[in-house]
Order: sequence, then C-alpha cells, then structure tokens
Amino acid sequence: MELTEADHKLVEVIAPGLPFVSRPYAVVGEQIGMDESEVIERIEKMISLGVIKRHGMVVRHHELGYRSNAMCVWNIPDERIDEIGEKFSSYDFVTLCYQRPRRLPDWPYTLFCMIHGKERDAVLKQVDVLAEECGLQDVERAVLFSGRRFKQRGARYAMKESQ
Amino acid sequence: MDELKRNLLDAYQRGFPVSPTPYKDVAEKLGVSEEQVLDAVKELKASGALSRVGPVFKPKSVGDSTLAAMAVPTERLEEVAEMVNGFSEVNHNYEREHCFNLWFVVTAPDKARVEAVLNEISDAAGLEVLNLPMVADYHLDLGFALQWN
Repeated sequence: MELTEADHKLVEVIAPGLPFVSRPYAVVGEQIGMDESEVIERIEKMISLGVIKRHGMVVRHHELGYRSNAMCVWNIPDERIDEIGEKFSSYDFVTLCYQRPRRLPDWPYTLFCMIHGKERDAVLKQVDVLAEECGLQDVERAVLFSGRRFKQRGARYAMKESQ
Repeated sequence: MDELKRNLLDAYQRGFPVSPTPYKDVAEKLGVSEEQVLDAVKELKASGALSRVGPVFKPKSVGDSTLAAMAVPTERLEEVAEMVNGFSEVNHNYEREHCFNLWFVVTAPDKARVEAVLNEISDAAGLEVLNLPMVADYHLDLGFALQWN
C-alpha cells in the first residue's frame, strides 16, 4: 500500500501514542487539521491493509517482570528459513521472528527470534525446546541476553531531518 | 497491579477501538467508568509498564528501518551508547551479551536517511556497523500473553 501525504502526517502524530483524553482521535486530528472522522477512517484502512499490525496497549516487558530478554539467532540454511520462521512463530513464547541477512565472516545468522522471559534459565530451556522440536540441534546459534537499555521508545516518523 | 489494569493489558494489546470515544467503549466492555480507564492508563504509563496506546506499524511499511550492531570496547560502551541515543532516528538501543554488544534500531522516512544515520554513527564511533535490515517477518503480532502469577 502506498501511503498518501495525509497518511504520513497522521502516522507522525499517532506513532508516539494516543493522548489519554475522551476524544483522542479528534485531538490528534486537530494537530494536523484533519477531522476526527477522517482520522478514524484512515486508521481503520491502515489496520485492514496490515500497515498497522496491531492497535492498542504497547507494554514494556521489563517493567512487568520480564527481565530476561533474549535475542536468539540461528544460522539456518537459506532454503529452510521460511519453513523454520513459520515454525518458530507458532510458539507462544516467541514474540518476534525475522529473517535478516548474513554478514560474513562476522555474522553467519539468518533467523532472529525474540523471547521475553522472567528467568534466564527458563529462556534457555525454551531455546532448547525450539532446537529439539525443529530439529536444529546441529545448527549454529547464539543467545544474546539484553543488558542495559539505553533507549526504548516507539519509532518517530517525522519527515523533516532532525540532525 | 489491580484487576482493571491487568484486564486492560490482557484484552487491549490489540483491537483497541477506533471510534470517537475509545476509552469509554473499553470502559463499557469492562464494566467501569471512562474516568477509571483513563486513570488506569495514565498510571500504567507513569509506572513504565505501558509504553503507549496506539498503533504498531508493520516494519518498513512506513518509511524504512534496520537493526544495527557494533562491537564496542567495554570501556567505551556508555560513551558510544550516548552518542547513538543522540540520533532521533534511533528508537531502541540495548546492550547485549556478545562481542557485538550494542544493538539499536534506526527508523527514518527512507532508506537513504537510514544509511546516512548508520554512516554518521560509524564515523562518530570509529567502528564498523553491522547493518541487518529485515528480509522477512514471520510473526503475526497479537500482543504478549502476560503471566500474572
């Protein structure tokens, strides 16, 4: 879907989150000179077209007790990436799953999945479950637990350059 | 955490109403007042448990983005992380346990700006940046099933 200039303006004002007021869509519309009804229509369209994956509460896992945040990366052969990516995504504990490019020689991994857990050991067990149940015991992998969070917020989509 | 807050986080990570009075609609479903819902989301936000209420965009559907990493000498990590944070295009920036120990997401209106930001970061740090843009997304994001025990 090609977003129009009006869509982009709307994205810019809703991406940081809706205001906590009775008529939030009217308030964000006022910022860009758009009627409440048009704001609603455009958001509904972006949801139906999949540009918006979901619309609602965005939680911060760490503050809710999920302190073991692991990015698990796998060197899956190219021809099996789609199959394994879909398998990984069927597990409840996998919160994101992406294919990304190899960057040899430093970075051989092609499939990334995120696991947010309360305990480190439990997360490592879940990684073992993925490996065993998907037949990946011999596939090279790494588990990168997060340390300090230097920044965490929603993306900004401002069209103007800020630097 | 009280029951209303738990219910909000359980039921509305997706499907938040796109109607003139969404908080009132949520309140009616949960059998509370609009004011109680507004107070609860404000408190969740203040506590840090709630990042925001709003859309999660499909990667690359609006503008362009990438995941990037650098192998930063430990003694320089804070200084480099602060420099990276200085870019408004960076929305996530984490330390991770690996020789590639600094991981950040760059989002900008187009690919050219994403690459320009990576080059500026690389030059400022004097370090190589690993650029790992998404190739495919396998996860249908339905929100996160929280365990409250």
